[in-house]
Amino acid sequence: MATGIKDKVAIVGMGCTRFGERWNAGTEDLLAEAFNEALADAGIEKARIGAAWFGSAADKINVGNSAIPLSTALRLDGIPVTRVENMCATGTEALRGAAYAVASGAVDIALAIGAEKLKDTGYGGLPHMPKGTFNDLWLPYGSAPAGFAQLAAGYRTKFGVDKAELKQAMARVSWKSHQNGAKNPKAHLRKAVDMDTILNAPLIADPLGVFDCCGVSDGAACAIVTTPEIARSLGKADLVTIKSLQLSASSGREQGYKEWDGSYVQNTRNAAQAAYREAGISNPRQELSSLEVHDCFSITELVTMEDLGVSAPGQGWRDVLEGVFDADGELPCQIDGGLKCFGHPIAASGLRMVYEHYLQLQGRAGDRQLPNPKLGLSHNLGGVPYNGVCAISIVGLEGA
Amino acid sequence: MNTQQPIGIRSFGAYIPARRMLRSEIAKAHAWALPGLRGLGKGEKAFCSWDEDVITMAVEAARDCLRGEATEALARVSLASTSAPFGDVQNAALIASAISAPRNVAVSDQSASIRASLNAVSQACESGCGLQLLIASEQRKAKPGSAQEMLFGDGAGALLVDSGDDLLAHYLGSESISVPFIDHFRATRESYEYGWEERWIRDEGVAKLVPEAVKGLLQRLGKEASDVAHFGLSGGGPRADSFAAKKMGIDAQAVLPDLRDRVGDTGAAHASLLLISALERAVPGDLIVIAAFGQGCEAIAFEMIRAPNSTDRRGLAGSLERRLEETAYMKMLSFGGEIDIDWGMRAETDQKTALTQQYRVADQVFGFIGGQCSDCGTIQFPRLPNCVSCGGFESQQPVPMADEKATVLTCTADWLMFSVAPPLYMGLAQFDNGARLLMEIVDVGPEGVDVGTPLEMSFRIKERDRTRHYQRYFWKARPRAAAEGK
Repeated sequence: MATGIKDKVAIVGMGCTRFGERWNAGTEDLLAEAFNEALADAGIEKARIGAAWFGSAADKINVGNSAIPLSTALRLDGIPVTRVENMCATGTEALRGAAYAVASGAVDIALAIGAEKLKDTGYGGLPHMPKGTFNDLWLPYGSAPAGFAQLAAGYRTKFGVDKAELKQAMARVSWKSHQNGAKNPKAHLRKAVDMDTILNAPLIADPLGVFDCCGVSDGAACAIVTTPEIARSLGKADLVTIKSLQLSASSGREQGYKEWDGSYVQNTRNAAQAAYREAGISNPRQELSSLEVHDCFSITELVTMEDLGVSAPGQGWRDVLEGVFDADGELPCQIDGGLKCFGHPIAASGLRMVYEHYLQLQGRAGDRQLPNPKLGLSHNLGGVPYNGVCAISIVGLEGA
Repeated sequence: MNTQQPIGIRSFGAYIPARRMLRSEIAKAHAWALPGLRGLGKGEKAFCSWDEDVITMAVEAARDCLRGEATEALARVSLASTSAPFGDVQNAALIASAISAPRNVAVSDQSASIRASLNAVSQACESGCGLQLLIASEQRKAKPGSAQEMLFGDGAGALLVDSGDDLLAHYLGSESISVPFIDHFRATRESYEYGWEERWIRDEGVAKLVPEAVKGLLQRLGKEASDVAHFGLSGGGPRADSFAAKKMGIDAQAVLPDLRDRVGDTGAAHASLLLISALERAVPGDLIVIAAFGQGCEAIAFEMIRAPNSTDRRGLAGSLERRLEETAYMKMLSFGGEIDIDWGMRAETDQKTALTQQYRVADQVFGFIGGQCSDCGTIQFPRLPNCVSCGGFESQQPVPMADEKATVLTCTADWLMFSVAPPLYMGLAQFDNGARLLMEIVDVGPEGVDVGTPLEMSFRIKERDRTRHYQRYFWKARPRAAAEGK
């Protein structure tokens, strides 16, 4: 029986660039910026890094495939470097590789880094990401918002929520993230927005309007991980350790078989249960201090509250409207602005979420610091609700 | 010819695109320069959506024709058209694949004249060899501002020719007059036709060549013009049918509605649609004569034997009812490729088709054949090596999906993704047989789509490769209520 990686890996350094339209920075610049911050934070020499995992999602823009763009950008000489790609879960996937390498004893100190340069497409929104020659023949290629917008149809049908009420709750999700993002100097979108503006924005994919969609940004985020023993030998105290890292991928069942009802994301439920088991969490709403979830679209965050088990089935929209997930609510969510306002450079996002928890756990979150956080959960969804991947990481203070 | 058993029509089917452009809107758009077009600005014309063409319309007409018919015995599938999408790909072979005709079916494309459809019918009836599916389909291009733009329409008809005792109509005979009378022409690789003066066409063409063919045919059959219960003429211009009927002494009441008001002149498909129109209204014993004008005239005669069984065939009448009114002239131009709208960078995606991959899964992509797991019974699409439900390996038996009914499980209208017909409607289609598939939803009317909307399947163009000029086909869903004109 696997025992999991709880407290076997400590995070000793993290870095995250400012997210946004980084017209003057290439991917190499973003990688170096995040890495240098993490290296300084860890207080180690680059030469001590034994292996690296590099996440990047888009091939046609960005820096291309393979490990070489990273080893070249950071001049990592002669160490194993692996490129990973798992859509929007790519950043967490990079962390998983690095953490597993440390936990296995194969490497003393490992690097996880993710970067995306989305603003080199020439247009807003995500670039087209091909799905292979067979899917090309039959799969309709909707936009990312079109994939997630369908959750709204499924959710309101299942729970009998009125279209306008659900739209109101979705707007409240975005409103809250704008409130939070305004306080974060590294966030892409730093303006608070009123509910009417959100509700009346032009439609992108019915019922999602512009303000139901996250920022499309450039950025990079980075973690340096090692064993708790080595961390202490480096002079680190009050360690932030990894409690769990879990991933679930669709087998085609949701979109190809009749059992899924369209109102939730099975992968989140799978990954959350596994993550809670690994971390020893039995009541997530009480035990978790804050959440960083994959709010690619407002409806995604709303449904995710139920899939993570922090809202009861059919109650997520009410919890949202009641402010449960506000900065001063019972369980703050997207305290850094989330994908919505911090931005979403795909492969950096998973690591950006962990970065926020890392700062919060160390009391370094500035204006948005939460009181006494102990455990933070981050959640990424790649693909679409009916066919995708979910990665969940839980980090916390050692012993929490 | 097999003289033991009569030869004739066993079944028929039709497809008229749902989109109907109000001609008054076309006239309005050109009024600044061509005020005279207003005279043609009555009624509406049927036109293809961006993802329809001669092949997709032909498949839909063929499906309509084959409802309740066994296809295993199909000996030939032929396509008559002057506007088939491929100059060198057997268009009929793609159609045969989409209707899951047997592998050893003979296929042929007939072209170069609006007479092509009647040529095919008379050839099939004269040859009398087996069950033959004869489809005529036309997507007629016309220059913006031309009279043809007002007069032409798109559509397809399909006829199932067979021998036997239980046919709907018996073939009586045909007559061909072939002379170099060129009322209009269109060179190979040219988009638009060029026509001669209407008065010459009427007086030297229709007035002389049509009677020569029709009267010759009637004489051979020992019939009089007054015996003709249903008469239709394709080609020759507006009202050529009534004009010719009068010349020949055919009762004005016998002249079939020319579809001008609701569809337009559908070129090579028109004679087939007129014949189908006759089959939908004739009573046993009626004499039906259909003629097609062009480099002479082709005329063909049938005797109605029995009324069609009530199947769920739409036919021409049902297809006409399935209607989406369009008033945006620019949309019609865009769908027809007459203007190239700037769709932005999202439209730049390379749509190259891997022909190897397409052939490996041809039955799935063209025929919409899914799989049923022999271990757990689950029906699914696509057919991958392992069952979606139980994981069984290579356990699936082929299951046709095209005629399965479905409803919307989830849906959205996507305004972000590139589509030449925004918004792009898509969602999960839940099939009554248990299968589930993410599909594009087309022909959505003003009522939109929502969870629970009933769906039916339609063969469409999946993507157009604008670089290599190839289009790939697949099935899309369309609201069933809209499809029934409700």
